[in-house]
Amino acid sequence: MSVAALRRPGGLPHPRKSGRDVARLPPHELLGVALQGLRTRKLRAALSALGIAIGIGAMVAVVGVSASSQANLLATIDKLGTNLLTVTPGTTFFGANEVLPNTAVPMIKAMHNVQTVSAVYSVPNANVFRTQFVPAEETGGIGVDAADPQLVKAMNSSVASGHFLDAASENEPEVVLGAAAAQDLQITSATGHVQLFVGGTWFTVIGILNSMTLDTTLDDNVFIGLPVAERLFQVQNSPSEIYVRANVNDVKSVSNLLAATADPQNADGVDVSQPSNILEARAAAKGQFTTLLLGLGAVALLVGAIGIANIMVISVLERRGEIGLRRALGATRRHISTQFLAESALLAVLGGIAGLGFGAIATLVYSVAQNEPWVVPLYALILAPAAGFVIGAVAGLYPAAKAARLSPTEALRAT
Amino acid sequence: MITERGGMSADPSTANGLALELRDVVKEYPGGVQALRRVSVDIETGDRVAVVGPSGSGKTTMLTILGTLERPTSGSVQVAGRDVVKASDSDLAGLRAFEIGFVFQGFHLQDSMTALDNVANGMLYTGAPLRDRREAAKVALDRVALGHRTTHRPQQLSGGEKQRVAIARAIAKNPPIILADEPTGNLDSKSGESVLELLHQLASEGATLTLITHDEHIAETFPRRIQMRDGEIVGDERK
Repeated sequence: MSVAALRRPGGLPHPRKSGRDVARLPPHELLGVALQGLRTRKLRAALSALGIAIGIGAMVAVVGVSASSQANLLATIDKLGTNLLTVTPGTTFFGANEVLPNTAVPMIKAMHNVQTVSAVYSVPNANVFRTQFVPAEETGGIGVDAADPQLVKAMNSSVASGHFLDAASENEPEVVLGAAAAQDLQITSATGHVQLFVGGTWFTVIGILNSMTLDTTLDDNVFIGLPVAERLFQVQNSPSEIYVRANVNDVKSVSNLLAATADPQNADGVDVSQPSNILEARAAAKGQFTTLLLGLGAVALLVGAIGIANIMVISVLERRGEIGLRRALGATRRHISTQFLAESALLAVLGGIAGLGFGAIATLVYSVAQNEPWVVPLYALILAPAAGFVIGAVAGLYPAAKAARLSPTEALRAT
Repeated sequence: MITERGGMSADPSTANGLALELRDVVKEYPGGVQALRRVSVDIETGDRVAVVGPSGSGKTTMLTILGTLERPTSGSVQVAGRDVVKASDSDLAGLRAFEIGFVFQGFHLQDSMTALDNVANGMLYTGAPLRDRREAAKVALDRVALGHRTTHRPQQLSGGEKQRVAIARAIAKNPPIILADEPTGNLDSKSGESVLELLHQLASEGATLTLITHDEHIAETFPRRIQMRDGEIVGDERK
């Protein structure tokens, strides 16, 4: 009588391939086995996944925080426009300061593709005080500039209080404060009759500006009209800085022509720059800084990976009985090693997903605190679990090989 | 009774009446310990055999070789008509998954699973879908008279019940060969007796049962008894 003929009806249907019984473990069963393995040791699984979660969380937070502040900076740049160009006098070969000719502003205004032109003129030797009783040496570092009424428009800034200089106030002893200067002088509002002692003359505060992000050095200054400055402080009609808004599509060509237009006789003595470029460079530099922190996150991940490998080795030793049983039930060595690899990878993937959550929350907290947009880069959503998978698989290699090498008889004797 | 060997065909349906066959089997462990010394034995399909001997006699080693968990150092082994020595690791795994049911002294049940799933898990590597496995597991638990305990976990069961679950796991796939290693060793005499009775009953339904024990009383209940000592067969008697 044949062996096969002895099978009673009602048993399992036998999947036979070319007359041979093949031990199989389909992928979904493998996943089930791996999940079962983790579920039976929940606390241990959670603790070892935590290592990976912290590492990946740290990396996601670093990437997210830097992406958030970059996004913020870029949004600011976008809002302020990238079409602002500045013209400043350069320095000579010997280091002396060049001087822009007084024709510079009208010449630039006459250029094609230029929207707004504004100039500031430095008022030397004029200091700003709340009263005439403040000792002369306590200047507070506040500078005085003469400015034309176009400045706020050219800088795409706005007034926080009051109004800016206009055709009428240009001629009067009236002053508008930059954001930082107003803070230093402890003036929060232009209403009421606030007066400042500027260069020995009383000026009335008519406005306070918001910060001028494209050139924050202006925030430390106070602004008076050019006619007043010429009359009271003998300011030369030679701009210390000219702000030019070009048509968005012609920034490059305008930029190329600006130096020669500002000073046809000495174009080399004119510096032209684009402030948004500097801010963009700063945004990029912020990104550079994150590589260092990412490195630290990677160290945390390495520690987490070692933790997982460690736990898996212990697990293999403890579960010798189970391994032996599985071999007796028809598992191949490969089935055993894939099971432990899958457990290890699954553990780390779960850690990676948890880490993604931690990182995203940390970024959210940061961005709310900093009033920045909340950005978690899209690639982090894929990379965090993927990194977990790779780390888990690598960490599981040795324990998996160890489990597969176990002799089933020894394993069965273990319990 | 020793039957003539048939062909070497890999298909059990064309094999002769031998379920298990050892020919001049030597098993040597690292360090030079010979656990089996040129052992030859044939076990016919449907036979019930007790392998009896003191500890260290080589009976467990013989069982692990019959169960394809280990390969002999030399000699030939045929299980369900297939040559174990030449077979690949995955061929042997397939043999264990479909043709052999193991019962161990230590039960080896998974505490986190119900009795039903422990039994269903015994067919995991056959590749059968979970639903089919659970169905077969239910039938098997009924056969060992534990149909009312399907949702219990091992820690809620008595020792005898645990071993019944383990037996259900071994027989659920209807294997032609059942190998039992001291299945009553961890049980009190009363539940041991009933487990033994159950094994006899299941085997009489058609499977080949090989049981190893050091207990002569248990061996007495078997129609064929193989005596082992120092890695050799010293007696082979039939009722």
